[in-house]
Parts: sequence; C-alpha cells; structure tokens
Amino acid sequence: MKQFAVVAPADLASATRMLAEPNRSALAGGVDLLDMLKQELAAPAELVNLKALGGLDRIESVPGGVLRIGPLVTLNQLAAAPAVRERHPALADSAAQAATPQVRNLATVGGNLAQRPRCWYFRNPDIVCLKKGGTKCYAVAGLNRYHAILGGGPSFIVHPSNLAPALIACDASLALNGPDGERKIAVGDFFTSPKVDPRRENVLKPGEIIAAIEVPAPPTGARSAYLEAREKQSFDWPLAAAVAILALNRAGEVVHARIVMGAVAPIPWRAPSAEKILLGAKLDRALADRAAEAALAGAAPLAHNAYKIPIARAMVRRAILRAGGVADEPA
Amino acid sequence: MARRVTLRLGFEGGLRDVVVTIPDDEPAPWQWGEKFSVVGVDTPRLDGPLKAAGRAPYTYDIQLPGMLHGAILRSPYPHARIRSVDLGVARRLDGVRAALDRSGAAVRFAGQEVAAVAAVTLEIARDALRLVKVDYAPMPFVTAMEDAMRPDAPAVFESGANVGAPHINEIGNVAAGFETAAASVDAVYTTPVQTHVSLETHGAVASWNGDELTVWCSTQGIFGVRDDLAVHFSLPPENVRVITAYLGGGFGSKFGAGHEVIIAAELARMARAPVKLMLSRAEEHVATGNRPCSQQHVRIGAARDGALTAIELEQHGSGGIGGGSGSAVPYLALYRCPNLRTRERNVYINAGPASPMRAPGWPQGCFALELAIDELARKLNLDRLEMRRRNNPSPVRALEYDIGARAFGWDQRARAPKARGPIRRGVGVASAAWHGIGASGPQAQCVAFRDGRVAVRIGTQDVGTGTRTIIAMVAAEELGVPLQSVTAEIGDTRYLFSLPSGGSMTAPSTTPAVRQAAAHLKGKLLRLAAPALGAAPEDLVISDGVVRVRAEPDRAIEFADLCRRIPGDSLAADGEHVPNYGGYSTAQAGCQFAGVEVDIETGIVRVTDFVAVHDAGVIVDPLTARSQVNGGIIMGVGFALFEDRLIDPQTGLMVNPTMDDYKLPGVLDTPEIRAYFVEVANGITNTGVLGMGEAVHVAATAAIGCAVADAIGAPVRDLPLTPDRVLAAIGGV
Repeated sequence: MKQFAVVAPADLASATRMLAEPNRSALAGGVDLLDMLKQELAAPAELVNLKALGGLDRIESVPGGVLRIGPLVTLNQLAAAPAVRERHPALADSAAQAATPQVRNLATVGGNLAQRPRCWYFRNPDIVCLKKGGTKCYAVAGLNRYHAILGGGPSFIVHPSNLAPALIACDASLALNGPDGERKIAVGDFFTSPKVDPRRENVLKPGEIIAAIEVPAPPTGARSAYLEAREKQSFDWPLAAAVAILALNRAGEVVHARIVMGAVAPIPWRAPSAEKILLGAKLDRALADRAAEAALAGAAPLAHNAYKIPIARAMVRRAILRAGGVADEPA
Repeated sequence: MARRVTLRLGFEGGLRDVVVTIPDDEPAPWQWGEKFSVVGVDTPRLDGPLKAAGRAPYTYDIQLPGMLHGAILRSPYPHARIRSVDLGVARRLDGVRAALDRSGAAVRFAGQEVAAVAAVTLEIARDALRLVKVDYAPMPFVTAMEDAMRPDAPAVFESGANVGAPHINEIGNVAAGFETAAASVDAVYTTPVQTHVSLETHGAVASWNGDELTVWCSTQGIFGVRDDLAVHFSLPPENVRVITAYLGGGFGSKFGAGHEVIIAAELARMARAPVKLMLSRAEEHVATGNRPCSQQHVRIGAARDGALTAIELEQHGSGGIGGGSGSAVPYLALYRCPNLRTRERNVYINAGPASPMRAPGWPQGCFALELAIDELARKLNLDRLEMRRRNNPSPVRALEYDIGARAFGWDQRARAPKARGPIRRGVGVASAAWHGIGASGPQAQCVAFRDGRVAVRIGTQDVGTGTRTIIAMVAAEELGVPLQSVTAEIGDTRYLFSLPSGGSMTAPSTTPAVRQAAAHLKGKLLRLAAPALGAAPEDLVISDGVVRVRAEPDRAIEFADLCRRIPGDSLAADGEHVPNYGGYSTAQAGCQFAGVEVDIETGIVRVTDFVAVHDAGVIVDPLTARSQVNGGIIMGVGFALFEDRLIDPQTGLMVNPTMDDYKLPGVLDTPEIRAYFVEVANGITNTGVLGMGEAVHVAATAAIGCAVADAIGAPVRDLPLTPDRVLAAIGGV
C-alpha cells in the first residue's frame, strides 16, 4: 500500500472540488477502497473522507412516498430500516444478503453502487487487463466461471453491486453532485457498458459523487422478491441474483412487472422481454417459467460459465413466483 | 531395569489382558477402566481467554526496539531464466537498511523468491521492491497437470521428464481378482490443489546478538527451525533460540526454516537490527506449500456378496515443482482386498511446491476409493454401509459403524425419499484410519515451586490442537493436583527437546514424557513428605491437592504446604518418552457419516450434518478432541465443495490467492457435527494417548462426495463439487 493522506472536506462543494483534482479517491465505508489500496490497484495521494460531511447517512421519507437514502447509509442500516423493509423488501433483502455482518456495518450504499469489479484478473496486481489499460480481457480465453453470460464484451466482468438490481427494479434514481452542480439520473442509466468504455463501470465524472438515492413509492399492490444463488452461504458473491417486482390485479393478472438480474452481466441486467411476457398475463408456474426462459434467451456464455444460465433462470423464476405469491413446487 | 506389568487393554467388547515390559522408572500405563480425575473431563483451552482477548503473543505480534520490516520480491513469471538482478536503486531508497539477491539461475513458478529488502517500515520495503531491476528471460511453462503429461509439454526441469517413475505397490494377482468379480467399476476421479490457509501466515522475527540468533517463528517445529538456521549460518545449535509461544495454524506447511525465515535472519544480520518478515495472504497461497492435485484411475471389483476381489489404481499427482503427490495409502489400509496394485506417478508443473498437508495423500485417496465403492455397491444392489462392513478389517471400526449408523439414522435415511421441491437429500459414509502413535525423543521437565504452583516445560508447540491444555491436564492427573495449579510452558528451544507437531504425533509423543516427568517429581515430593507424615514414600498418595497416607487418609498434608518444605526455590524432575512398548494396538479406525441437500436447479450443495466416530486411545480432553473433529470436518467441507488453487493458463499466475476468491467454508456452510469417541486402552505408552488431527479429516470429503452422489443419483467424480459439475452430473442422469 502506498502512503496517502486523509482529508476532511468542510462541505459537499469542497468535497467535489477536492475529488476533481487528479489522484484523489472518495472514502466512504472504505471496504472496497481498502482492498484496492492493499492490492496496489489504486494509489491515491489523498482520500477525501465523505464521512466528515454530516447528513449523508440518513434515510428520509419525503412527500409523495419517496425514500431519500443518503450515500453513507450502511447496508445493515438499509436492511433494517422499517420503511425499506415495508415498502421495498427486495431492496432490504439485497442489502441483507451481501457479504458478512461486519462488512455490512461498514459498507455504504454509495460505495456498493460505485465499487470496482471483483474479476480476479482485474484484481491481480501482476496482470494488466483491458480494464487497467491493457489490450485484452483475460477472461475471454482464461478462467471465466464467474464471468458474464449476458452483455459481455470486450470486458466480461460481472457488476458486483447487490443493491443495483433492486434499485433499478424500484425505478430509483440517483442525485449526482459534482463541481458543475447536481444532476439526476435513473439508477439504470448510471452503469456503463464495457462496449462504451471498458475501463469504467459508471458515468461518474471526475469529482462527482452519489449524493442521494431516491426510491419512489411502489405501485399499488406491488410485491417484491430478491434471490441470489451463492456457492458458499457465508460471505460469497452471487453466481446469479434476481429481483422481481410485480403487481397483480384481482384476476391474478400482472399489471406491473420489473425483472432485473445481478452478477450475470457487466452492468445490472434488466430483462424487458421477461417483463413483457408477464404483463397482462395470469401468473402461474408456467408463465414464470416462460418469463425466466426469456430473461436468459440472449445469454452467450464463455467456455466455463454456461452453468450460470440455469442458475440465473431458476433465480428469476423463483423471484417471480415469490413476488407473485405463487408456490414454487409442492412441498 | 525393566518390569513386566499385566494390563487390561482393548475396547468395549474386545478386552484382553496383555503383558508389557516397561522401565522401572516408568509409571504404570493407564489401562481399561482407569479412574481419572482431570483426564477425560471437558476442559476449555487454558489459553482460550488470552487468544480471544488478543493478548496471546503470536509471531505477528512481536515488536522489538529498532525492528525493521522485511519483504520479498517474487517472480511474476512461472518459468524464466534470470539474467541479472540489480538491487542498487532499491538499496539507496531512504529507509532501506538491507537488500539481498535470492535468485538462482531460473525461476520455475510464479511467486518464487527473487530478492528481499528490509526497511524501517513495511511500506518503504514494498516501495523498494518495485525498484529492484530484474532481467527475466521468460520460458515456456505448463501449469495444468494433464498438459504437463503430454510428450511435447514444456519441461519444468531441464534435467528430466515432467512425469516421474511409478511407485508401485502390489499384492496378490489383480487380473485373477477381476476375473472372479461379479461386478466392477472403472472410473477416473480428480482432486484439485488445496492450500493450507493457516490463519497466521508464515513468517519470523529474527534478532542477532553477536553470533547468537533468536527467532520468533510461526512454526510447527521449533527444533527443526533451530537446526536449519544453525546449518545455514554455520552456528552451533545452542546459539540459535526459536520461540513459538502461539501459532496460528500450520496443517503441515510449517516444518523447518522456510525461505522467509532464512531471509529474515539474513536481512537482520546485514542490517544489524531485528527484522520482522511475515508473508501476505497471496504469498502464503502461492509459495508456502499445498496439498497436491490428483488424478486417480480406479478399477475395483467385488464378488456378489460385496467382498472386494481386486483394486487397481493408476494415479498421477502434482505438487508443483515438488513431489509427494501419492494418494495410494488408503487403498492399502482401509479395506481388505486380496489383489491390489497401485501405481503412483508424480508430475511436475510450474507451480509452488507441495508440502505435507493434514494426512498427506489420504483425503484424495479416500475420496476416489469411497466413491468407487459406492458405485460398486449400487451395481451389486448392496447397502453401502453393509458393503463396507463386509470388507472392514478393524474390529474397532466395526463397533464404530454400529455407533455411527445408530446416531445418524443410517438405515432410515439411506432409504428415505430424496426429493422435496428442487432439493434432493443424500447420505454418505466413509471410513478413516491413521497411526497417530507418536515417536520417541521428547523429554519434559516438571517443576514444583514453593508456592504450590507446578510448571510443565517441554519444547513442543501448540499447532492449535490444544497441546498446552492436555499437557497440563496429564501433569495434574499424575501429580494429583487441581489443573489450575499447573502451567504448561512450551514453544521455546530452551526447554527440553520435543518433536515437530505433525503426523498426529504431538499428543502421543509428549504426554508420556510429561507423565513420566510428573511421576518423577511426585516421587521426589513424596520423599519430601514422608518424614512429615511419618510414613514411607510408597505408602503416600496425592489426590485433589492433598498428600495422604494411603491406609490412614486423615494423616495428610496439603500439597501447597508440602511445597513450602522444598529446599531452595523449586523441585524439578525430568521425564522422557519411552519407546512404544507393544500393548494392544497402534491402529486407529474411525468413520464419518454425512448428510447433504442438493438444489438440482442450481447445483448448490449444502452439507447439513455429520456424525463422526473415532478412537484415539485415551481421550485427554474430550472438548479439544471434539474441536479437532469439527476442524477436520470443516476442512473436509472446504475440500469437498469450494477450495481449488486456480492458475491462469495464459500467465501462469494464481487467480484466487485471496480470502475472497479462495473459498473457505464459513459459519453458514458448517454442518451440525456430532462426535462420538470409542474408548480404546492400547497400552503402547504410559498414557496410551494417540493423535487425532489427521484421523478426523481423512474421511470427511469422501463422505460428502458419497452423499452428493446419493442425492442426485450420479457420482460427481471431480472435486470440488461446484454447481457446474453437479449440474453436469444431473444433466447426465
């Protein structure tokens, strides 16, 4: 680890000004940042400590049923907040299933969205891959069992955020604050495909930070579910994750559907084709099967990760059935 | 002078009188039905509170005045010639105090030591490593065993072939054995490279005073490290002192002075200051040893009644640039089979060298053998436990099968419906064996102080198994004093010699020496007490901290009061391990039953529960014994489901040298574990204690593998049992 200084900004404006300088990193929970520093993948001269700024660690209900989540809210805070649990259980679950209790006590919502990928080629200090300015993605011809099955190329990372699929499914938006002021974007537009720029995972500009996450009230009658499949049940990254948010009318027909997957693509992967199959149809196991099939229809696996397709499919189907209140298989 | 004693030895249902010959000064061996007061009682580790509170000084915690920090530069190439190493710029960096070139003519694995520096901070040392200029000439490399076996593969060593000569064991006539078989199985099983992942990495703090060297070292063998350093620096061994007060695991990877220990001592000598050099997690994964991978082509046949008629094993294994990759032992030891041939070959690849790991060869061999036996039992339509009973040579294990089957509910569970939604349940059973009998060499000293405290001193080390605790328990038992008054002092070459902690040898080798020392001290104390109590020493006994006349228990003196009569400061006596003197049996049996649940849509396996039945002679502390069982099984879960040292074929670099990517079982991955111990009085030493560390690990992975095959109706023959492999096996049903 290279030596660095930690600086405490007086306010948000000075924080973004400091971060706009070269060789600066934002310090929130420090979970991913510390890994990056220790593996010598980042060597900033200064860490701008966002925890010095007050008020970024709160969850507020604002008029209109919107939840405004501060970027320094921890994953455990998010998972336990009654307002989140009641209105957006899938979001609460996605936070609760990440990492370990110790990590969740430190890791922040903002950091979860802006963390760097866990690809083992990217994380290896002796390998200069596409994401680090090299010429190739080593996963293509290498060990790629955990890599992308959808939306890959030229880089085949999977985006590591547990929260992003749930936030996208909730139609959440982000307030980004930078030297040029504040802008608001949908969470779904925050992430950058490697086809646009393999060296980055999001649209944050120099100096810009996530200032707030806004989650609108769910549609009437909507229910949600988050499921992830992990090799290890303690402290592991998902092989595939799925969020389903569904609202059904009295006839049992789907009137609102959001299906988003995690850990399958370089960005959180929404499945509009699955949503289309669900909308207007009566939810049963056969429909959920068809929707899950559609969600993975475009999958293009690498040499060692085709097994992730049935796993992702199972997660989508189970999330749909759970959100829709339909029993999966008879016990 | 020797004497003959008759002992009641054996186990419940298999007891007999055995005459053994023992030296005159040896206490009579513990035998069947021995009444203990300290031994056999669940006793929390004496150093548990210190460890839990972070106050136990591990090597990592040692801080000396003026101490420097060392770091090692490692090759990023899996195979290269080294044309030159230039330390000049690194040496001139502010804060650097020493630098040395450790390169030879070539490196043969990524992570091999090339150079090292010592500096006033670890950060400066690491900065300095970046300034070392190494001119590498990369060479072709091979990191997968099956690639290294091809005739056109790059040669790992210029001097010889990648594939070594076979090591052959042969009994009977295998061809004839297969001719009489009613059914046979012919299949290939593979196991990956597993790393030890000791929570405390390898490393040392080295400090010179003239030509005397003191080294705090994370090691399983303080005397081995001492001797290696003495040879390396041409010093008499008594000039080298090695201290390992507390040790964060070793599992076989920490014998002798490794590169990092030698380098720390070299840097300290150059810099004329103490040097601390602890490896990083990544270095630990790539350069400090591993359990070799294996590919086992098994042919096994049995008669209609399940009796094995022939086993043939063609095995290849790779310990990187090292050897020791055989896995045939369980084939020779677990079951009766009249016709058997094993051929083991070592294959070199460009990867870090293997080192012994918890029952070397056994878990790999057990996995393949036990899966093959299950496949054979299925063909013969035999219950899998019954198949094992038919071929079991051990009467102790026969009893253990019964105990385990009852506790686990084998008969019901092996026939229970497997499906519940997408979940399939399965059960498996596998057998264990070991010879944790220890060896001679250890000597111990027992000291009574005037305040009534007793110290046991022995140059052993506690690798995490509870050695400190059981040594104190044995001394307290022999002396008849409460455990609280006994302190075990270990982990220092200034104490009397003991063996390295490996091969399940520590408990069986140290406890007889400790007990003899305690008996000798007791003799001295009783001679001191005799005049005070007006009785002959041989008429006195000590129990519960009171010295009494045997025939008149009211004539007594408190142990602490007796100690006040010690002339001078203390009274000391030595003891030694007497060579194993026969007795009942040195063999250990054991068996483990596993329950699993497999999600057939995701291929994810969850191990739900384990029943483990083991014997280890006299169980000194059932609590630490159960802890060993837990550890052996948890490590088996890791080997079964998760662990795999993965090397990228493009770069030759390990891609998962972190705790994040190299997957170890966590709390939620740990099954419910129930341990049962069969008491066996073996009379081979004065304590009859055997080691447990390895016996409890050998069968765990195999039991899980058998349970997964049972759950999904098809064997997964390659470890780890990851979702891709499980789904592929289900797809092939």
